Parts: sequence; C-alpha cells; structure tokens
Amino acid sequence: MADVNRGNRPLSPHLTIYRPQLTSMTSILVRITGNALIVAGLMIVWWFVAAASGPEAFAVANGFLTSWFGDLVMFLSVLALWYHTLGGLRHLVWDSGRMLDVEKSELAGQMMMIVSVLLTIFTVIVV
Amino acid sequence: MAFLTDRKRAMGMGSAKSGTEHHWQMMVTSVALLLLIPLFVFTFGSILGSPYEEVIAYYQRPFPAVVAILTMLVGWFHFRKGVQTLIEDYVHGLARKVTIIVMICISYAAAAFAIFAIVRIAL
Repeated sequence: MADVNRGNRPLSPHLTIYRPQLTSMTSILVRITGNALIVAGLMIVWWFVAAASGPEAFAVANGFLTSWFGDLVMFLSVLALWYHTLGGLRHLVWDSGRMLDVEKSELAGQMMMIVSVLLTIFTVIVV
Repeated sequence: MAFLTDRKRAMGMGSAKSGTEHHWQMMVTSVALLLLIPLFVFTFGSILGSPYEEVIAYYQRPFPAVVAILTMLVGWFHFRKGVQTLIEDYVHGLARKVTIIVMICISYAAAAFAIFAIVRIAL
C-alpha cells in the first residue's frame, strides 16, 4: 500500500488557472464575510464592556462606533452579516441534500447577493 | 516513495473522526444564529448611538439582554469553529497550531467579556 504506484495522473485545477464562477465566488465570499466579522464583533464587545464600565468609557467606545469610520465598519459588517447568514442558510439546505445541482446553486448565489443588499438597505432604514 | 510506510503516509493528513462533530456544531450554531442574528441586529442597532442612560436602561430589560448574551455566546463559538477551518486551509506547520490556539483564546475571551458586561449592565 505504501509504495503503490499512483501513476502520472493530472492534478486538480489550481485557483490561479481556474475560471471564476458564480458558485466559487459566492462560496469564498461566505468565508471572507464570516471571518471579517471579527472586526465588528470585537468593536461590539468593546462597546458592551465600556457600557458596563461607566459613562466615560462608554463615551469613548460609543464615539468610535458612531464616528464615520465606525459607521463604515458597521455598514459593511451588516452587509457581510446578512450575506454570511444567507450563505449559512444555503449550506443548511445543501446539507439536507437539496439544491445541489449547478443551476439551483447559482440561483441561490444570485439570491444571496440580491437579498443581502435588500436586507442591508432595510436594516439601514429601520435602525 | 518506496520506503514510505502506511503509517507515514497517513500521518498529518488529519482524521474524519472529529470532523463530523465540528460540522454538526456548525449546523447547530447556524440554525440558532438564523434566529439570533436578526433579533440582535434590530435590538442592538436600535440602541446603538443612544445616550448612556438609555443604553443602560435598554439592556436592563430581559429580552434585549438575553438576545445579546445568546448572540455573543453562540456567535463567538461559531466564529471559533469557523476561523479554525480557515486557518487549517491556509496556514501550515507550527504557525497553524499557534494561530488556532490564539484565535480560540480570542473568541472565548471576547464572549466572556461581552457576556460579563451585559450581565453587569442588566443586574
């Protein structure tokens, strides 16, 4: 088994030469958005800790989160959060054995992009 | 190649044994977060930017406080598992172990700080 001849078989295509597709792009975006949420996550933790610490600490944290930079991070994070949530929903549907073919996966990918933008606009209007 | 043993070839390639547990935990936390995230976005979003006294009064109410506690608990656990998958895909060797340990510690610390803070505000 250890010295089995595996032959000169072709390697699977690497990312650098693989044509970007809707399915692969929407998939990697789920990973990027999910991990990028650490920034907003830590900012929210800071905000809660500051609120528990007292008015002075709260003023600093709240000032940062509501500054133009904080607003920008929060806005992008809301978009990332809705996209990642829809991506998770797609994974749960996939795990149930449904919508696994290319057409339905691409449709789900398009819906994720459209619905996450709509949910972000809705969130900005409501809050 | 001819001198490799079966064991040597399998070593470092990982095991599927704990992978199913990891996947199941991601599924459970995903389902929980499907409910928690909308609740948290609209409770936290509505109070963010309000004066100190209003924020304190808001998080003394059970519903926003419990939503925030559960979101921090489940959210950071979900992150801890997710970021481990990211690291396992792109970081190798000792750096992989170090990064995973650091991210696990950050995740639990963030959850602990947030939950302690919310409980302190609420009580």
